[in-house]
Amino acid sequence: MEVGQMQRQWVDYTKSLFLEGLLDGQFLQLQQLQDESNPDFVVEVVSLFFDDSEKLLNDITRALEQPSVDFKKIGAHVHQFKGSSSSVGAQRVKNGCIAFRNFCEEQNIDGCVRCLQQLKQEYYLVKNKLKTLFAMEQQIVAAGGSIPMLEISF
Amino acid sequence: MLKSTNANEAAAKITALVVDDSRINQSIHRKLLNNLGIENQVAGNGKEAVDVHCSGKQFDLILMDMDMPIMNGIEATRTLRAMGIRSTIAGVSSHSHRGEDVQEFVEAGLDDYQEKPLTSSKLVSILQKVNNN
Repeated sequence: MEVGQMQRQWVDYTKSLFLEGLLDGQFLQLQQLQDESNPDFVVEVVSLFFDDSEKLLNDITRALEQPSVDFKKIGAHVHQFKGSSSSVGAQRVKNGCIAFRNFCEEQNIDGCVRCLQQLKQEYYLVKNKLKTLFAMEQQIVAAGGSIPMLEISF
Repeated sequence: MLKSTNANEAAAKITALVVDDSRINQSIHRKLLNNLGIENQVAGNGKEAVDVHCSGKQFDLILMDMDMPIMNGIEATRTLRAMGIRSTIAGVSSHSHRGEDVQEFVEAGLDDYQEKPLTSSKLVSILQKVNNN
């Protein structure tokens, strides 16, 4: 495949992530911060997000399995998850955290368990999509091309 | 885009401390500062921020997170002010402006409060307070 075609595919794919609401304007901000001085900035930040998220999801899962559920602790984890997902622009994960926190406040275990499942689904969905996006970027760079600038406004 | 603004010229001699326990936010905040040419370093919680100042360092700007282990941003801000630190301290957290915790944070001695995620435009508005100080 020639570089131009790969770049067009990359643009279409990125746009689809915004249109599906998986990503929001904050991700665009991160892309705009990236420059020649730090060409892997977005990949680095998103990798930190993956590490953080998986640890938080494990902690929340374990906390929900305890015989006496500590809703305050779970709420704190979910709040942290909301912060990190909004920092990278993972919009649907962030929205999942907002819903989850309401069930924590109500001390509703069933609601929390459902929200956790939903949150895991949203997280792994955006993770896979971002990995695909980064793989496309690597192919473009390997073929001697550069990553196009996106023109989307929010 | 921001590289030619007045804020950037004024920022050239500014130094900043990023206080945040999240490596994600540390990276983003440092990148935002670097892109404006602001020299910066990181503290992983409030206590580290206080310790850096105890060793004699000072900064024009401190970007202070609220929820952190060991010492949170409210306590750190209060401690720094009690030590006579007059740097511009901007609280940056994911709590809504209207929350009670944020009120306590502001009263601890903040010059500004911004809701996360921090963006270039929010940082530029914080920098205007640094220049006024």
